[in-house]
Amino acid sequence: MALNVIVCAKQVMDPETPISAFKIDPDTMRVAPAAGVPPVVNGFDENAVEAALRLKDESGATITVISVGNGFVMDVMKKPLSMGADRLVLVEGDQVADLDSAATAYVLSETIKKIEDYDLILCGRQASDWDNSQVPLGIAEILGLPCLTVVQKVKAHGDGVVVHRSLDDGYEVVEAGMPAVVTVSNELGEPRYPNLRGIMAASRKAPTVWTAEDLNLDIGRLAPSLELIDLFIPVSDRRCEFVQGEDDADAGRKLALRLREEKLL
Amino acid sequence: MAGILVAGEWNEDGLQSSTAELLAVGRSLASVSGVQVYVAVLGSVPESVSHEAISLGADSVYVLRDPLLNEGGLDAAVAAFEAICRQTGPEVMLFAKTAVGSEAGPRVAFRLGVGAAQDCIKVEVEADSNRVVVTRPVYGGNAMARLRFPGADPQVIVVRGKAYEPLTADATRQGQVVPVDVSLDPAVVKSRRVETVKAEAAGVRLEDASVVVGGGRGLGGPEPFEQLEELARLLGGAVGASRAVCDAGWLDHGCQIGLTGKTITPNLYITVGISGASQHMAGCSGAKHLVAINKDADSNIFKAASLGVVGDWKAVLPSFIETVRELVKS
Ligand SMILES: Cc1cc2nc3c(=O)[nH]c(=O)nc-3n(C[C@H](O)[C@H](O)[C@H](O)COP(=O)(O)OP(=O)(O)OC[C@H]3O[C@@H](n4cnc5c(N)ncnc54)[C@H](O)[C@@H]3O)c2cc1C
Ligand SMILES: Nc1ncnc2c1ncn2[C@@H]1O[C@H](COP(=O)(O)O)[C@@H](O)[C@H]1O
Repeated sequence: MALNVIVCAKQVMDPETPISAFKIDPDTMRVAPAAGVPPVVNGFDENAVEAALRLKDESGATITVISVGNGFVMDVMKKPLSMGADRLVLVEGDQVADLDSAATAYVLSETIKKIEDYDLILCGRQASDWDNSQVPLGIAEILGLPCLTVVQKVKAHGDGVVVHRSLDDGYEVVEAGMPAVVTVSNELGEPRYPNLRGIMAASRKAPTVWTAEDLNLDIGRLAPSLELIDLFIPVSDRRCEFVQGEDDADAGRKLALRLREEKLL
Repeated sequence: MAGILVAGEWNEDGLQSSTAELLAVGRSLASVSGVQVYVAVLGSVPESVSHEAISLGADSVYVLRDPLLNEGGLDAAVAAFEAICRQTGPEVMLFAKTAVGSEAGPRVAFRLGVGAAQDCIKVEVEADSNRVVVTRPVYGGNAMARLRFPGADPQVIVVRGKAYEPLTADATRQGQVVPVDVSLDPAVVKSRRVETVKAEAAGVRLEDASVVVGGGRGLGGPEPFEQLEELARLLGGAVGASRAVCDAGWLDHGCQIGLTGKTITPNLYITVGISGASQHMAGCSGAKHLVAINKDADSNIFKAASLGVVGDWKAVLPSFIETVRELVKS
């Protein structure tokens, strides 16, 4: 029996944006989008798409990618489709823009309920904008599902799932029944590149777009549970002393001598 | 009882250092608001662990008991922390950013219908309102956010490791140890650990090392890490790496330093061919002295370094290691 896999993917600012282009608008307390740097699908979410595709390669699966937000860039959000996912559902609108973790988890849970048929919900371990690693936990709590986090390998068998969870010093093998929520980490391995066929197929697919009304959302549950009082760029007070030499080898020698002077050796 | 509830973690070696750090945070909050600091520990906790917690700042220790807690699963831990929180009604609940805490904190918060602040590096009390304000790095550390909890208590806070120092243990401190039977419903456990596979540990642990030598993508492949190993050996340190290195498979993922890797606080951190992306720096900002070798003078690593060489490691490193060898011998 082929699996129905949902992957939650967020559109985020490219984390490789040069630090010099990273600016905060103090009035709105938001990070200003860097000019000329398009957003990306959150890196760990691409790992989650890859995990879903490996399940599909092995025993067949229908992969639905879902995302909540505003201002989606279609070329960006279609990347999972061009990698091989089957369907894209975007929940869009002012009411669901800039939600915090609890509200996002609520909207994604309602989206998942509306999709109805699902065996696995794969997420990234964290979104590279607010680095919260909370939304998948919220989905699992709301839907009352097993929650397996920071996973580097996913296998489905029968009606259960077996994962390898990354630990500081190794990994643990954990099993649970399906449906389950799994958060995927980069240890899974590089996400595949879209091939030409995938890109062509994706270009022919239109995303399903839902709004707060389509999901009958309780607007009261979209209010933030944390209040942002300041957002700023930290300043470092360190000043680097550059050790110079006649050539690189000499600089290496002098660096060691400086470390000795500083009693660091 | 309102107060500050610390979600404690322990193992065979005793109370986890991350819990000791939380107790220090709790005490600093309590010194403003005057409330009690109490810690909940799970399972068959040895008495020595409870006393350690008291000596490190706890006014009381709740030992939560249930057969399910001895299996160490996360689902049972979440349910137990939720139970004690409902029973005691703290105004603040502190978790550590560990595999357990960073997951249990938000899950307990979701169950209670309150917000949780992840990965905080500063936790303060606003004097006039008596409410907590936290500071946490966001956007990989490129920005800092200050946040407040507008809703109902508890204010659930997950604290980054090594952001706070534990208090000095004081064996004369008094406190109570209170056993609590939480009687969990077996249905709370939704997953089962089959086995744990430990990576082979060799030499000094990265997290404990006083000297760390870190390599980045600039090294170009796994072979140059032999030179880093040699340098680390000479200095009695450990080798770590950027995520790019671990993703490329040049080193094991256990060597990754950074936001989603390990946090290190060595006296000396020497980086070679690491650009200093904010997500990497998130794991080493506690290094006392940072030394960087990088061929790009504009690279971000030099903003955090106190000593640097702009050059090609292929030429810099051999003479550096050679001189270090002579110096440590003399
Ligand atoms: C959500 C998220 C979490 C992340 N978590 C982590 C994390 O925990 N840890 C982490 O490290 N990264 C993390 N990253 C990745 C991080 O953003 C960077 O991509 C990564 O740290 C870059 O690694 P690097 O410095 O080795 O490589 P690069 O950025 O490619 O830097 C290589 C450096 O080597 C120098 N170099 C090249 N050749 C030479 C030479 N011959 N001699 C001297 N110098 C040379 C270059 O000048 C350059 O500065 C995370 C990213 C995201 C989005
Ligand atoms: N707005 C969103 N739309 C879709 N998925 C999301 C959204 N926000 C978070 N997620 C998922 O939850 C994971 C963790 O996000 P976070 O808790 O924000 O760090 C991400 O990697 C995504 O898989």
